[in-house]
Amino acid sequence: MKIGYFTERPVRWLPEEVILKNGAHFGVSNKYYDREKAADEYNYWIDENLYAEELGFDIVALNEHHGNPFCMGSVMNVEAGILARLTKRARILLIGNPLPVIKHPLRMAEELAEIDLISRGRLITGWVRGAGSEQFFNNANPAYNREYFEEAHDFIVQAWTKPGPWRYEGKHFHYRHVNPWALPYQKPHPPMWIPGVLSPETVQWCAEHGYPYFGLGTSLGPTCDLWEFYADTAQKAGYQAGPENFGYVVPTFVAETEEKAQELGKGFLFGGGQNSFARVEHTLPPGYNSKDAIRRLAKQPQGSWLGISGEKLRGHTEERIIDAEEIHRKLEPGYKRSQQQLQLIIGNPKNVIDKMKTILSVIRPGSVVMFNVQGPVSNQDRQTSMRLIAQEVMPELKEHANKLGLVDALERTPGQSKIQAGAKRVPVSDRGPLKEAGLA
Amino acid sequence: MIKTTEESQNIAGAQLAIVKGGSGKPLLVFHDELGYPGWMSWNESLGHERTLLIPLQPGFGKTPRLDWVRSYRELAGFYAQVVREMKLDPVDVIGFSAGGFIAAEMAAADPHIFSKMILVAPMGIKPSEGEIMDIFPITIRTHLLSTVADPAGTPEFSRLYGGEMTPEVFEAFEDARAETARIAWEPYMHDPALPHLLRGLKTPTLLIWGTADHVVPRGCIDDYKRAIGDAAKVALIEKVGHRPETENSTQFERIVRGFLSA
Repeated sequence: MKIGYFTERPVRWLPEEVILKNGAHFGVSNKYYDREKAADEYNYWIDENLYAEELGFDIVALNEHHGNPFCMGSVMNVEAGILARLTKRARILLIGNPLPVIKHPLRMAEELAEIDLISRGRLITGWVRGAGSEQFFNNANPAYNREYFEEAHDFIVQAWTKPGPWRYEGKHFHYRHVNPWALPYQKPHPPMWIPGVLSPETVQWCAEHGYPYFGLGTSLGPTCDLWEFYADTAQKAGYQAGPENFGYVVPTFVAETEEKAQELGKGFLFGGGQNSFARVEHTLPPGYNSKDAIRRLAKQPQGSWLGISGEKLRGHTEERIIDAEEIHRKLEPGYKRSQQQLQLIIGNPKNVIDKMKTILSVIRPGSVVMFNVQGPVSNQDRQTSMRLIAQEVMPELKEHANKLGLVDALERTPGQSKIQAGAKRVPVSDRGPLKEAGLA
Repeated sequence: MIKTTEESQNIAGAQLAIVKGGSGKPLLVFHDELGYPGWMSWNESLGHERTLLIPLQPGFGKTPRLDWVRSYRELAGFYAQVVREMKLDPVDVIGFSAGGFIAAEMAAADPHIFSKMILVAPMGIKPSEGEIMDIFPITIRTHLLSTVADPAGTPEFSRLYGGEMTPEVFEAFEDARAETARIAWEPYMHDPALPHLLRGLKTPTLLIWGTADHVVPRGCIDDYKRAIGDAAKVALIEKVGHRPETENSTQFERIVRGFLSA
């Protein structure tokens, strides 16, 4: 098992009322941008990732978002390039580059190759479609989102593996002279791990390509369903999926005492939390989701991962509340419920170990990535959480993973366990522990 | 009440759904970017003297999407084939909002395809003054409410759009929005070449605009008029928004009838 460290690098200087007044993080005016503080923070985030390596995390993970104080990583390849030079051992995981909104796969191939070269082969790259709001921010046609994603991916793999120069004329991308003089250190190319929030289309695509799929804090029941769907698709492609095909990113915060952890863990709710990433009209731009996904969403009255519900989409949006205390009061039940459902792991080391063990037993991932708290939590408290995870939680999890046989994608290449057509495949999840915990 | 039909025809390489109703000389109707909402009072009124032919845009649910169509100009090329294969040309046409964009692109490419052209609050030209409202970063409900000056005081609007937003209705709107985004995300709802290509058009053209339109600004009307020149006339309808045909159907019908019969 590999255990990684991740933070969104949240803007910590912004008054919460500003986000609440805007109704979401996306779209908050950059008139509130503080260049001095931002300079300090970018440097701190680099240092924090170096500290993660020092503590023994196997992976440091980066992501990016656009036009959004939820995450300071706007161009994560820049940060990855710095970490490539400054880290010595940890793998650098990108979850992930939003191919459709960047719209320049040749440039992406070059950037990632340089990161892999500087790190001498420690890059694990990943692709995402980009959040709905980012289609607006980058003016990327949402109706072509999946086509851009797949074509850009296919192009990059070719750019890394097919000797140039050659000419490329695709549907969306065109290059006269493909011959990058920056090729990845790893042959044929860096591993690709794909994060997502359970879009079946992406899960299927990953299974067909043999790419590990990473659930981004997704609820455990549906995660089991989609992972079995992955394994079915993998079987059709001729292989038995296993823990090496799966990863999980889990929001986690640890403190010495349960009380302190519970108080500071509320940082995950800052500005409304991830459900306030973007307002409904920015979350699902037209054509961004498949027809099937729209149909599912239209019929679903309650919220999903990003807080988008059929109800909200149909226009019955709640009145905007800008009272921080009232918002937090409203979010409080969700905070407890998310913890009960093991989507948010907060507590003292012992409680966190127990909960994490249940997660590992149920969804059997080869890798997990711990997502540090959001909101204006101090450097010291953030680092205490990191240290407690590394020193107290991580050893127990690795031992538990060994008992469960949770092999990661770096130990066993996904797709190498061949399976005959028609043979009975092995399940990749186990709902038993969910039932025992009363969560099934 | 005029009897209408909705048939799917194999035409111009597509399976095109067309709503037909009325009697008399054909009038081709291009619906707007949210799709055809159903038989309206102005359809009923004009249907007593004209046969209304209302193709349902590919990708909007009834007619399958045409992947090769990636812009309004290409969509216009498709519809030009439809008109030729149906031997309708020259035909009178009326286009609403983005439907006006389609008609204008067709006229620009083939100045003889239409005998008369009515563009109601047409998109298609980037206005020198004002902006076409961005319909993509808003919910369908917000969009719909922006299209009329007085939603509560417009009974036909309430009848057409005021019902329950069922999953099926929601999906139909999403189909329309997705297809519109696919072909007009960038440049947004306009073709920079269109005003140049319309220069010297001789087709008698009527530009109708509601003075309280928040979707398409007056600048679009002025620029269409400037591009087409003498062949274009402007008719303003006071105190209505982007849907004059439902907000003041009496005046709308009078203007349209007058222009078509002149």
